[in-house]
Amino acid sequence: MIKVKDLTKRYARTIAVDHISFEVDKGQIVGFLGPNGAGKTTTMRILTCFLPPSSGTATVAGFDVLEQPMEVKKRIGYLPETPPLYLEMETGDYLRFVGKLKGLSGADLDKRIDYVTGRCSVADVKNKLLGKLSKGYRQRVGLAQAIIHNPDVLVLDEPTAGLDPKQINETRDLIKDLAGDHTIILSTHILPEVEQTCEQVIIINKGKLVATDSVRNLQARARGAESVVLEVAGRKAAVEPSMVQRKLEQISGVSRVVCKQQLDGRAQFEVESQKGFIRGDLARAVVDSGWDLNELRPSAMSLEEVFLQLTGSELKPIEAEPVKEPV
Amino acid sequence: MRNIWIICRKELGSYFVSPVAYILLTMFGLIFGYFFWNALAAFLVESIQMQMRGQSFPMNLNEWIIRPLLANVSVVNLFFVPLITMRLFAEEKRNGTIELLATSPIRDGEIIFGKWLAALLLYVCLLLFTAANFAFLFRYGNPDWKPLLVGYLGLLLQAGALLAIGTFISTTTKNQIIAGAVTFGVCLLLFVFGWVSGYDTSTWAQVLSYLSIATHSESFYRGVIDSKDAIYYVTVIFLGLFFTARSMESLRWRS
Ligand SMILES: Nc1ncnc2c1ncn2[C@@H]1O[C@H](COP(=O)(O)OP(=O)(O)OP(=O)(O)O)[C@@H](O)[C@H]1O
Ligand SMILES: [Mg+2]
Repeated sequence: MIKVKDLTKRYARTIAVDHISFEVDKGQIVGFLGPNGAGKTTTMRILTCFLPPSSGTATVAGFDVLEQPMEVKKRIGYLPETPPLYLEMETGDYLRFVGKLKGLSGADLDKRIDYVTGRCSVADVKNKLLGKLSKGYRQRVGLAQAIIHNPDVLVLDEPTAGLDPKQINETRDLIKDLAGDHTIILSTHILPEVEQTCEQVIIINKGKLVATDSVRNLQARARGAESVVLEVAGRKAAVEPSMVQRKLEQISGVSRVVCKQQLDGRAQFEVESQKGFIRGDLARAVVDSGWDLNELRPSAMSLEEVFLQLTGSELKPIEAEPVKEPV
Repeated sequence: MRNIWIICRKELGSYFVSPVAYILLTMFGLIFGYFFWNALAAFLVESIQMQMRGQSFPMNLNEWIIRPLLANVSVVNLFFVPLITMRLFAEEKRNGTIELLATSPIRDGEIIFGKWLAALLLYVCLLLFTAANFAFLFRYGNPDWKPLLVGYLGLLLQAGALLAIGTFISTTTKNQIIAGAVTFGVCLLLFVFGWVSGYDTSTWAQVLSYLSIATHSESFYRGVIDSKDAIYYVTVIFLGLFFTARSMESLRWRS
C-alpha cells in the first residue's frame, strides 16, 4: 500500500531524511518510532504530498506522490503534529468543511459527520468553537477530520499526544479497529503504544532507517539470540545455583547462563542460546536432574530497551530484513 | 469550481464570524460618508456663491461630487486592502491549517482563487454599504446613474488588482503584520508611480506612470469604460494570482 524507496529530504542545512526505504502492506498498522528530530514528521509530510522529496520515490496505493498527488491525496487521511483547526469555527462546521474539501457532499457527508463525531467522542462539543476546546478535544477533532472521508491510508503524527489515559486507550482501540480496511502509519515516542497497537515498527534515528520489523522480531533481534527465563526449585532441599548453572551450560546450543536471583531455595536463570528452539532441552535437563521447573518463558526485552539500544550511539544499525511483498 | 466556492465560503465565514468584517464595514462607511458629505457641502457652497454672483452654475452632480469622491475612495483602498488580505495565507501558515489545505484533493489554483474571491466579495460588501449615501443624492438631485456604476466598477477593478497583490504577499510570510505592512507599502508605491508624469515626460516616467494603479481608474471615474484600463487591471489580477501560485509551489520546494 505504501512503498518508500531511497527517500531523502534535504533542508537548507540539515538532511532530515536520509535514504529511507520501507513498505507497508494493506491493512497493517505501522509504528513510526524515533527520538525528537529523527525525521518522522518530514517523512509523513512527504507521504501526504505536503513536501516533495529531494530524491527517491514514495508511492501510496500505487500512485507516486510527485506524479499523481491528487490521487494520493484522495486516498490519504492526515493528522498533522498540530491538529489543523480553524479556531473561529465550530466543531460541526469544521468537519463539514473538511468533508467537502475531501469531496463528500449531501447525505453522505451528514452520515460521515455523525459517524466520526461518535467515533472520536466529539459529539458533545459539536456546537463549540474549536478555539475554546481543550488540547485533548482538539486532538480528537483532528483525528475525526483525518478519517472523515474514509481514506484507504491514514497518516497520524503523534495521534495520542495530549490525551488523557482513558482517551489514549480509546484512541488506540479506535486505531486498531480502523486497521483492516485502512492502512495506518502512526508516529510516536511512546513505546508501549507501539507494542500495543502496531504490528510492524519502523525505527529511524537522525534521518536514517535503523530497523523495520515486527515488534516481536525486533525484541528478539536486539538481543541477537533467543533468550529464556527459567526458575528452578529443589525438590527437598534448596537448589545449588552453581550446580544448575553448570548443568544448563552443558546443553548444546546454550551460549550463556546467568543466575538472576535466588529466593527461598528457588533460583532464576536467564539462558541465551544460539540455536533456535532449546526450551524442551532445558526443561528435560532440569527435571532429569531431580529439580522442579517452576517457570519457563521467553524473556521479552521491553521495546524500550530495544529502542534505546538501536538508537544508541555505539550500536551499529541492524541490517533490515525485507518486509513481505505488499498486495 | 465547487472547490473554489468551498474555500470562498469558508473565508467569508471567517471574516464575518470575527469582528473583522464589521469593523472594516463601519470604518469604510464612516470614511466614505465623511468624503461624501464634504463633497456635497463644497458643491452646495459653490453653487450658492455662483448664483449670488448671478452666474449660471453647471449643475452636474457627477462631475462635482461623484468623480472627486471616487478618486478619494481609491486612496482609502490603499489602507483597506492590506487589512483584508494580510490574513489570507499568513494565518493558515501560522496555525498549520495550510497542511490541511495542501494535503486535500484540491488544486493550489482553487485555493488561491477562492481566497481572492472571498476578499473581493468582502470589498463588494464595503461598496454596497456606501450606496446609502447615493440614495440621498438620487432622492434630492438628478445625477446620472450610469457613470456612477462605471465608477464603482473602476473601484472594484482597482481593489481586485490590489487584493491580488496582497494575496501574493500574504503567502510569503507567517506574520500577518509583516504581510499587511509590505502590502501597504507596495500598494502605496504603485499608487504614487503616477505622480512622475507630472514633472517628467521621459519614456521612463511614462512607463512608471503606466504601471501606476491610480492612472487607470480616472477614465472609470469619469464614467467611461476604457478597455485599455480594464485590461491593465485584469492583467494585474492575473499576474498577482499567478505569482501567488508560484509562491505556494516554491514554499514547498524550499521548506
Ligand atoms: N522547515 C524546516 N526547515 C529546516 N529544517 C527542518 C524543517 N523542518 C524540520 N527540519 C529539521 O529536520 C529534522 C527532522 O525533523 P522532523 O520534524 O521530521 O522530526 P520528528 O521526527 O518529527 O521529531 P519530533 O519527534 O520532535 O516531532 C530536524 O533536524 C529538524 O530540525
Ligand atoms: Mg514530529
